[in-house]
Amino acid sequence: MLQAVGVASLDELVRVPEALALRTPIAVTPQLSESEIAERFARFAARTTAGGYTSFLGAGAYRHYIPPVVGALAMRGEFLTAYTPYQAEVSQGYLQATYEWQSYITLLTGLDVANASVYDGATALAEAVIMAVNASGRKAVLVSRAVHPNYRAVLRTYAEGLELAVDELAYRADGRTDTASLDAALADQRYAAVVVQTPNMFGVIDPLAAAESARAAANGAVVIGVVAEALSLAALATPASWGARICVGEAQSFGNAVAYGGPHVGFIAAGSEHLRRMPGRLVGKSVDGEGRLAYVLTLQAREQHIRREKATSNICTNQAHCALCATIYLAAMGKTGLRDCAALNIARTRELRAAVTALDGFSARFAAPVFNEVAIRVPGRASDVLRALEDRAILGGLDLGRFYPELGDTLLMAATELTTGADIARLVGALAEVETRAAARI
Amino acid sequence: MAQPAGLLYSKEHEWVKLDGDVATVGITDYAQASLGDIVYVELPRLGATLEQFGSIGVVESVKAVSDIFTPVGGEVIAINDAIEADPALVNREPYDGGWFYKVKLGDVSQSAELMSPEQYDRLISQT
Repeated sequence: MLQAVGVASLDELVRVPEALALRTPIAVTPQLSESEIAERFARFAARTTAGGYTSFLGAGAYRHYIPPVVGALAMRGEFLTAYTPYQAEVSQGYLQATYEWQSYITLLTGLDVANASVYDGATALAEAVIMAVNASGRKAVLVSRAVHPNYRAVLRTYAEGLELAVDELAYRADGRTDTASLDAALADQRYAAVVVQTPNMFGVIDPLAAAESARAAANGAVVIGVVAEALSLAALATPASWGARICVGEAQSFGNAVAYGGPHVGFIAAGSEHLRRMPGRLVGKSVDGEGRLAYVLTLQAREQHIRREKATSNICTNQAHCALCATIYLAAMGKTGLRDCAALNIARTRELRAAVTALDGFSARFAAPVFNEVAIRVPGRASDVLRALEDRAILGGLDLGRFYPELGDTLLMAATELTTGADIARLVGALAEVETRAAARI
Repeated sequence: MAQPAGLLYSKEHEWVKLDGDVATVGITDYAQASLGDIVYVELPRLGATLEQFGSIGVVESVKAVSDIFTPVGGEVIAINDAIEADPALVNREPYDGGWFYKVKLGDVSQSAELMSPEQYDRLISQT
């Protein structure tokens, strides 16, 4: 072959400029035995685990109990190593599981159809906006500032390429989206969608009123509801019930670990009028040639590998394994278990809020009702309080000032079914010290 | 098979029925047979302005998605709701109940770009 291309050697064919050539050996750990490798990584893992820390951190990824049945089933080889179920005949297990995921999502959101999942809540929002843009032909969207800042940032990345205008709705003093200007904003009919998140970034329950959604729809704007804490769907009115026609969000709370931010799993649900614009994979239920129940990937003609540049989206995959974990979790918890778990979250957060705001200098930032997160105004800067807490092995939450400059004195704290009374007592003890120090400095 | 008389045809297998400056557009029997069972038709919006030969919608069958290239340009004054509810109507009656949309021609001379039934017949017998 070297002869065919007219060179004498491989070195002649691939010539690396001397300035770039590596002449010294690369320092790589020498070969280790299997047990040495296992021990080495166990040491690495021990350095990075958050074990030993008490955590009140939420802000888009939530600590929830994962029953052992999730791992026991999801780690089965048939699920763990399976590829995309293009060949339906040999993929009925995964296809059925994915169909069940889709079914759960429609039940929880109250909408008609759901897809097989997408990467995460942030990209799910971007995809929903694209659906609305395609539905209306308009090139602008109205997004509440109380939507998770990371979600809004991802949306802007998508919007730049598509030349979409992203305008924001402010939030009110009580922590909810300011919808007073909504009617005026929708009047000139340039918005493809109105986007709100509930519970929002401040933990506040923040849907549109049904009448507001109806007016938006009458103006031709698609109402998109975003859910970052999926467990809230077990306690709050469904997004469909207050007028969302597309609901997207993050399902990590169901059976998936926080895991430093991923892999997580996004969901998209919509009214049937949006079915053909839905991106990603869709599993359908059908019958085979002999009339037996069979699951298949359906409506693939919308997808990237067939429509190419005219596809509804570039995505042609899903978060199959994470969605599977979520599905097993939901099946194991059941309707009652899920509702009980959500109720526990609400109760713990009330305890947290009461305990912390009892301290001098600490108060609830927003008056509106919350689900499992609460924004707490602290004495001084939230970042200082977080540092002091971290010294005491407590992850206090999120400094909202990182994303909302006007909230530099506000800490976003979450309490879930895993938060104990002892955890809250430790937190209060640590905050009391912080409070005393701050007072002493004045 | 002889193509229906009184219609004009495009290279992309659409037919046009002219009535003054109003054109009704659909796809030919050859097109529906090639596509197979049609499951969905995405039509242009009422009031949209189309440019001749522009891609203005899609026909989706079980095995493919095909663009609709409008054989004439103008303003869309009617779309066929019946095929939204029953896409298979396009397979059953490609020239009658399965029409797609009507445009008010911006430029009646555009019809000169289209083929006669005999010319279209020759085109498809070559394929």
